[in-house]
Amino acid sequence: MAQVELDGIDRIFHLGDATVHALRAVTLSIEAGEYVAVMGPSGSGKSTLLNLLGLLDPPDAGVYRLEGRDVTSLDPDQQAEVRSRRIGFVFQSFHLVPRLSAAENIALPMTLAGIHPDERAERVRRALSDFGLDQRADHRPDQLSGGQRQRVAIARATIMQPALLLADEPTGNLDRATGLEVTRLLEALNARGTTLIVVTHDPAMGQRARRQLGMEDGAIFSDTRGAPP
Amino acid sequence: MRLADTLRFAAGAALGAPLRTALMALAMAIGVAAVVLLTALGDGARRYVIGEFNALGTHLVIVLPGRTETGGLGIGGLASSTTRDLTLDDAEALLRAPGVVRIAPLVVGDAEISTAGRLRSVYVVGTHADFREVRQVHVAQGQFLPDEGLHHGGNWAVLGATLREQMFGSSPALGALLRIGDRRFRVIGVLEASGQGLGMDMDELVLIPVSVAQAMFDTQSLFRILVEARDRDAIAGVKQAVERILQARHDGERDVTLLTQDAVLGTFDRILSALTLGVAGIAAISLAVAGILVMNVMLVAVAQRTGEIGLLKALGASSGTIRSAFLVEAGLLSLAGGLAGLFLGYLGAAALRIALPDLPAEPPAWAVLAGLGTAIVTGTVFGVLPARRAARLDPVDALSRKS
Repeated sequence: MAQVELDGIDRIFHLGDATVHALRAVTLSIEAGEYVAVMGPSGSGKSTLLNLLGLLDPPDAGVYRLEGRDVTSLDPDQQAEVRSRRIGFVFQSFHLVPRLSAAENIALPMTLAGIHPDERAERVRRALSDFGLDQRADHRPDQLSGGQRQRVAIARATIMQPALLLADEPTGNLDRATGLEVTRLLEALNARGTTLIVVTHDPAMGQRARRQLGMEDGAIFSDTRGAPP
Repeated sequence: MRLADTLRFAAGAALGAPLRTALMALAMAIGVAAVVLLTALGDGARRYVIGEFNALGTHLVIVLPGRTETGGLGIGGLASSTTRDLTLDDAEALLRAPGVVRIAPLVVGDAEISTAGRLRSVYVVGTHADFREVRQVHVAQGQFLPDEGLHHGGNWAVLGATLREQMFGSSPALGALLRIGDRRFRVIGVLEASGQGLGMDMDELVLIPVSVAQAMFDTQSLFRILVEARDRDAIAGVKQAVERILQARHDGERDVTLLTQDAVLGTFDRILSALTLGVAGIAAISLAVAGILVMNVMLVAVAQRTGEIGLLKALGASSGTIRSAFLVEAGLLSLAGGLAGLFLGYLGAAALRIALPDLPAEPPAWAVLAGLGTAIVTGTVFGVLPARRAARLDPVDALSRKS
């Protein structure tokens, strides 16, 4: 059983009179622990695919099974629970809460999930040291560099130990060196067993993945397995 | 999400926009302060009036000729001519009723008084020596009317403080002769200044023996009989006894009206309580306005934090969690505003007490609780709509907007 199974997924947006097929009959299967890059031009549907995988966007047709469970038919609260426990998001623009410190941002998913403060503190402490942020725990996002912000965001995405890590252009707002550093961090998490799905424009980053999905016009037109880096 | 975390998160969100938060709390504070201050004023007035009444002596039964449902205390409320007069014999009979300590009949009329070329028109009150005890008047100089029985009396006059000043100025009044109407009286006493009481200005009248007054005004009837009961508990019994005695003496006609201090007090209490409630209601409208402002400001907050809401959803927050976070934020703001308003209100009431020392302007507990409660309830109720809007945001849309 694959970890992610998409079967005939359609996603249609209505923009005024126009109908946009963001996803057309997408059928896809991803095993646990895979490292997948989703590539394609703007508007090819790759972000929509990622949102769909993250249960942020419902399909108009088709079935999405996550770890064997049909998640398309879950009610919103159950989907929130799945997002909370099984899925981690990393965004291009970091999406840190500006008024919260680095440590509080990292703890946010655990806070939302109602995990006991003692356990939160322990896990945040470990995450800060794992991601080299010990000295930055009390800094607010505007006191952090771009690379540090994305490390905080990745620490936050993984603090609930999700099975699936979804990254939307994670290096898009970073310079090349910092971007590479962040990419290596994500790959290290993947090496420890987390499934990593990255949406990227950057062919260099895409080539690092063991599997590349090429998208155009809402459909997957290529699915290649490149050599591991 | 744990309650403590929800509270901390909401408080952090509120403090994240200090100006917005301060303005909203201020609106709430003004509303609550208005409730507290206005009820303090209303309730202070009520307690002031009740205090004044209690100072008159609390266990009086006032007997008026004529049967009216709503008796007044003023001189204007004279008996209609169709009813039987109250007489001195009636008054004397009342003395024998159980529970009655003493009585004071009153005859009131106006007359010209003059001395040493000064002339003016005053109210002349004919009464009895016991009036001093019944009405608790204090004599500043000389003595009160001597006890010569109800049917006899000499030409003695006791003056109110202002009247003495007007008639005699700095020269001594005691022992002086005074012409009232066509009779001459000797001044034997002057009352302490005391002000209003029983609808008459005690400082501006002259007291003479009741029988003399009746002769002077050529009448057998009394204006009032003041009956003092032994104590507060005896009042009901005294009322019944008075009614029974007078009915028997008036050929079975129930032609008198009995007023008790309690009834008058109760009326004032009710009027002023209603007034206080009314002002509190008006002040509460400002709380409703503040509630609408809470809604406005929370809607702005939802718009400003759209990206954050999308993020929370992506991180696994349920709609309920987001709803409660925003509701708690609205509630906290209202609470903060309410507490600030209480502080302002108490401050204002304290200032009032300093400015008007006679007025016990203490905000009543019910108003404080109601004001604070209304603030929190309206703030939270008006927070529901924004909170629901936040919870319903589409996460993809929300995330794509800059937070």
